[in-house]
Amino acid sequence: MSLLEVEGLDAGYGPVTVVRDAAFSVDEGKVMTILGANGAGKTTTLRALSGVVRASGSIRFDGQDIAGSSPEAIVRLGIAHVPEGRGNFASLTVEENLRLGAYVRKDAKAVREDMERCYEHFPRLRERSEQAAGNLSGGEQQMLSIARGLMLRPRLILLDEPSHGLSPLITREVFKILETVAREEGTTLLIVEQNANLVLGFADHAYVLETGRVVLDGSAEEIANDEGVRRSYLGMA
Amino acid sequence: MERFIQLLIDGVAIGSVYGALALSLVLIFRSTGIVNFAQGEMAMFSTFIAWALAEAGLTLGLALLGALAISFAGGMLIQRLVIRPVEGEDPLTILIVTLGLFILVNSLAGWIWGFNNRAFPQALPGGNADIGGVSLAYESLGIVAVLLVVVGLLFALFERTKIGLAMRAAAANPASSRLVGISVGRTLMLGWGLAALIGAIAGALVAPQLFLDVNFMGGVLVYSFAAATLGGFDSPKGAVIGGWIIGVAETLAGDYIGFIGSDLTILVPLVIILGVLLVRPNGLFGSPEVVRA
Repeated sequence: MSLLEVEGLDAGYGPVTVVRDAAFSVDEGKVMTILGANGAGKTTTLRALSGVVRASGSIRFDGQDIAGSSPEAIVRLGIAHVPEGRGNFASLTVEENLRLGAYVRKDAKAVREDMERCYEHFPRLRERSEQAAGNLSGGEQQMLSIARGLMLRPRLILLDEPSHGLSPLITREVFKILETVAREEGTTLLIVEQNANLVLGFADHAYVLETGRVVLDGSAEEIANDEGVRRSYLGMA
Repeated sequence: MERFIQLLIDGVAIGSVYGALALSLVLIFRSTGIVNFAQGEMAMFSTFIAWALAEAGLTLGLALLGALAISFAGGMLIQRLVIRPVEGEDPLTILIVTLGLFILVNSLAGWIWGFNNRAFPQALPGGNADIGGVSLAYESLGIVAVLLVVVGLLFALFERTKIGLAMRAAAANPASSRLVGISVGRTLMLGWGLAALIGAIAGALVAPQLFLDVNFMGGVLVYSFAAATLGGFDSPKGAVIGGWIIGVAETLAGDYIGFIGSDLTILVPLVIILGVLLVRPNGLFGSPEVVRA
């Protein structure tokens, strides 16, 4: 059984339905990516999974139906959502942001160890631990938001455009750390990314979303070699 | 000189009352962007509760504690029942709701307790302390001490506890707060409860000097607005220091500037509000949004 199984998912904002009848699944310990053009419903899909937007249909996480649950309840099951635009607490310090990532955890000692681990992954954050998050550079803010997600010690982490606004160098650095997390800690990753080249080289499996529907589904390798995908998302003829 | 120091301390004392009520305003403004015009009336109501409990035979200490507890619960209830339904509406709507709350609380107090003046018992010791040849009222010193304790406890709550961190997080970024598992609705309720509690303390501190009636916090609210504006509407530190500056300015102006006397002291906060808005709209300690893209 997959860790996450989605069937017949409709999601949207108020009267507007953005995602229609989407179906996909994510296996535990794997890296999954959802590709698609702007407006295809990638972000909305992640928001439906974390309970931020209206969702109907079936979302089963570890066998439990979470469609329609509140974000506060879903995070307690071990799903971390690192939103687009990073979602940091700008007026709070870096360290406070990390502590908030572990807000629902009760194991104070392990939280401190995880904080240490985050600082090892992202030494820049340690240097700036007492600074307000709003004063960090764009790359540092992105690292902070990913680190905040990891502080939950999640079973599944939803990442929305982790490379957004980052230089190629920092992007590679961030993806290297994500790879470490996935391989060494067995965390399941679901990544939405514009940079298809980058993410297909790293994911196990990929889905292609078009106007709210899953139109293609396969191993990352198959998807990367698909003619249509190459033309539309990889910029190759 | 002795007279000057006495005035200074009296000014800081009355300024501490303004600072306390300004703190309640700031607590709510910081977490929700709402300016609660009913804050003074809520404090008036709380003070009446303390008075009524004392009249019913409780010792003054118990009556005050009871009033604080009831105010805390009442503040949370008001947030849940009156404010939450209009959350996210445009600011004018919320402003009208808090004005409605102002009238509602004021009328309710009049309906329950009538419109007469009442003497409110003083919980702080009477008499004067002689410090370096200057005779200072225990009452004034006590008021300042109470405010400092309140500020200390608030600081500890916000900086040292998990629930305090959650409250700051919910104020900074409600959407992300929910994603990390914070129940934002509950932190907002808690904020209103705390604000009501601190307002009740302000009311109980100032009531013995004024007479207790349904309008007695009206003037205090104007001074507290001045304090919050001067200090910066999103800065607790600013609320307290703003309160002190307003209190001292009011006391000194009343004594040293002939035409102001005791009748025109209300001019002082109005002039300060106007001046701050013209020169430094964010106040002394208020923060303009600083976010690097």
